[in-house]
Amino acid sequence: MNAMPPLKQRKLSLKERYSHLTRGLGWETTYQPMDKVFPYVSYEGIKIHDWEAWEDPFRLTMDAYWKYQAEKERKLYAVIESFAQNNGHLNITDARYVNALKLFLTGVSPLEYSAHRGYAHVGRHFVGAGPRIACQMQAIDELRHAQTQMHTMSHYNKFFDGLHDARHMHDRVWYLSVPKSFFEDACSAGPFEFLTSISFSFEYVLTNLLFVPFMSGAAYNGDMATVTFGFSAQSDEARHMTLGLEIIKFMLEQDEGNVPIVQRWIDKWFWRGYRLLGLVSMMMDYMLPKRIMSWAEAWEMYFEQAGDALFEDLSRYGIRKPKYHEVASKEKHRLSHEVWSIFYNYTHAAAFHTWLPTEDEMKWLSAKYPDTFDKYYRPRFKCWSEMAAEGKRFYNPTLPQLCTTCQIPMGFTEPDDPTTICFRSAEYKGERYHFCSDGCKDIFCYEPEKYVQSWLPVHQIYMGNCGGAEVKDVLDWYHLNFGVDNFDYEGSPDQKLWDEWQAQKAANPV
Amino acid sequence: MGKVSITLQNTDEGRMLVDAIVADNPAAEVSRMPALTKIDCEDRLSLRRETIEERIGRRYDLQELQLSLISLAGNVEEDDDSFTLAWSRGASPKHS
Amino acid sequence: MTVSAISRYEFKARDRVENFHGNQIVYWHWEEHLMFCAPIALPMPPSMPFRAALETVLPGCYGAHPDWSKIDWSKVTWMLDSRPFKPNMDASLAENNIGHKSVLRFWTPGLQGIDGIPTC
Repeated sequence: MNAMPPLKQRKLSLKERYSHLTRGLGWETTYQPMDKVFPYVSYEGIKIHDWEAWEDPFRLTMDAYWKYQAEKERKLYAVIESFAQNNGHLNITDARYVNALKLFLTGVSPLEYSAHRGYAHVGRHFVGAGPRIACQMQAIDELRHAQTQMHTMSHYNKFFDGLHDARHMHDRVWYLSVPKSFFEDACSAGPFEFLTSISFSFEYVLTNLLFVPFMSGAAYNGDMATVTFGFSAQSDEARHMTLGLEIIKFMLEQDEGNVPIVQRWIDKWFWRGYRLLGLVSMMMDYMLPKRIMSWAEAWEMYFEQAGDALFEDLSRYGIRKPKYHEVASKEKHRLSHEVWSIFYNYTHAAAFHTWLPTEDEMKWLSAKYPDTFDKYYRPRFKCWSEMAAEGKRFYNPTLPQLCTTCQIPMGFTEPDDPTTICFRSAEYKGERYHFCSDGCKDIFCYEPEKYVQSWLPVHQIYMGNCGGAEVKDVLDWYHLNFGVDNFDYEGSPDQKLWDEWQAQKAANPV
Repeated sequence: MGKVSITLQNTDEGRMLVDAIVADNPAAEVSRMPALTKIDCEDRLSLRRETIEERIGRRYDLQELQLSLISLAGNVEEDDDSFTLAWSRGASPKHS
Repeated sequence: MTVSAISRYEFKARDRVENFHGNQIVYWHWEEHLMFCAPIALPMPPSMPFRAALETVLPGCYGAHPDWSKIDWSKVTWMLDSRPFKPNMDASLAENNIGHKSVLRFWTPGLQGIDGIPTC
C-alpha cells in the first residue's frame, strides 16, 4: 500500500484567494436565460464582452472584509462612548460649528442610506462576480456609514436644535431636495450609469472635497466624534474610489462604442456633483469657526491638480475632462459666497442657523479671495449688519426661482460676470424650463422626460402640497420648530445655551 | 505624468506608514493637516511590507492599510508584498 | 435625445399650469441688487393688471431695499423671456404675453445696488 504523501498546507496568496471568490462563484444560468436573470445590463447601450476581465485591485475577500470592518467599528464606538461620557460637545470651538453637523445629518447621511440601496440593487444586476462582490461590500459599507453617522450625531441632538428628524426633513425640506434629487437621478438610471455617477464622478472625482475638509475641519474644531466617524467611513471610501476608477476603465476597455456613452455620463455627473458640493463650499468658508483651507484652495488641490492627472490617464481611451470644468474653476472665487447668501436670505425656512461673519473671519475671506471678497461680498455683509443692528435682520420674503435640474435657487452668476445672475432656459412640449447654468441646461435637454418630473419645492408650496401657505405651516410640515430651529444664530436657543455654558466655564475655572 | 497621492490618518500606525513611504519613495512630498497626512509623488508610489514591518515591529498584512487609509489617487496594484499607486505611462487601451 | 429606459417612459410636466389653482408662476428679477440672492417666483392670476403686480405685490418682495422707493418706473428697462419688452401697465399679465413660468428681468437706471455695488 502506498502511503499518501502528507497534504502540504500552503497559505493561498492574495491573488489566489480573490480569484477563488470572484471566479469560482459565478455560473451560467440554465433554468432561465441569462438576459432574463440580468435584465438591466444591456439597455443603457454599454457592451461587455468579457466579465472575467474585471479586477478589483484591493482583492478583498470576505474574511478580510469582516475582520477589518469589525476593527473599524470597535475603534469608532470606543471614541463615541468616551465622547459622550466626557461631554465632548463642550470642547468644540463654538456652537455655530454644530450647524455644519445639522447640514451633514440632514443632507448627507440619508444619501449614505440611498447609496446602500443603490449598491445592493446594482450588485444584484451585474453579470460578473467581481463587480457584484465589490458592490455588495459597498452596500454594506454605506449602511454602516448611515448608522454610525446617526449614532455619532445623536449625542449633539441631546443639546442642540434641528437634529431631531433628519430622515423626514430629507424628504421635504426645500434645500434638501438638492441632495435627494441628485441621488434619485442616479438610482433611477441603469446600473452602469449609477456606478459612473456615484462610484466614479462622486466618489472618485469629488468625494475628497466633501470628507477630507469636513473631517479635518471637525478635528480642528474640537469635534473628535465626527472626525472618527468621518475617517471610519473614509477608510471605506478609498476602496469605493478604486471601484469607481475600475468600472470606468472596465467599460472603456471592453468596447470602443462605450466611450461616448461614458463621456456623456462623466460630463453629466461631474456637473451634478459639483453643484451639490456648493453646500460644502459654504460649510468650509463660513460654517467652520476655525478654518482649514478655503473652497478655492480645496478645488485647486482636489479637482484641478488631482483631476489633471486622472484625466490625462484616461485620455488614452479617448476620454477628456468633463464639460464645463472650466466654468467650475471660474466660479471657485465666488461659489461659497453665493451659496451662503442664499441661506442667509432664507434661514427663516431652514433647519440650521446662519450668521454674519465676524471681522476676523472677513479678514480671512479677504485674504483667501483677494479678487472678489472685498469688492462684491464684504459690502453686502456691511449692509446686512447695518440692517441687523436696526433690528431688521434681512430675510428674503419671497420664495426663489429654482433651477429645474439641480433644484438650487438661481443664485449663481454668469461665468464671466459675478454681478449678473446666469439665466438659461429651454422649451419642451410647450412648457418653459429654467436653469442656473449651461451644465444644468445640457443635462435637461438630453433627457427632458426625466426632469419634467422634478419635484421643485417652491412650486410644490405654491401648489398647496406642503402644509399650507405661510412659512410657519410649511415648517410644521417639515417637522421644524418655528423660532427654534430656524432664523439667525444670533438670538437662537442654541446660542443662549452655549453662552450659558461658556459663562459657567468662566465662573468655575478648572 | 501627474502625481499619485495617498492620504492617511494621523494615528500611531499612520505615522509609521508615512515613515515607511518616505523611506521607500524619496520623491514623496508630505503635507500634514489636522488629523491627516497627504502624500503626493510624481508618477508612482509604493508601500513595501518589509519596510513597514521594520518600523512597526511585527508582521504586517498590507490589507491592514484599510484601517488607516483616507483617500488615494492613481491606479492601485496590490499583492502580498507591496501596494503601488501609479498612473499608466502611455499604455494603449486594450479594446477586444 | 431620450432617456434610455426598459419600457415606455413618458410623464406629464409636474409643474403644468393647471396644478396652480388658477394662478400661473411668474419669475421676477431686479437686476444689480443681489442682496436678493436669486430671482423670485410668484403665483399670480393671468388676469392681474401689470400695474397691480408692480404696485401691490412687488413692494412686499423688494421694499426692504433702500433703492426700492427711489425707482422711477418710466425709466425702467425690461426683458421678458430673453427679449426686450415694454409693458402695457394697464393690460393684464396675459395680455402682456407673460405666460406660465415667464421670466421678467428689470434694470433700474441710476440704481445699481447700495453705493453702486450690484451685489448689494
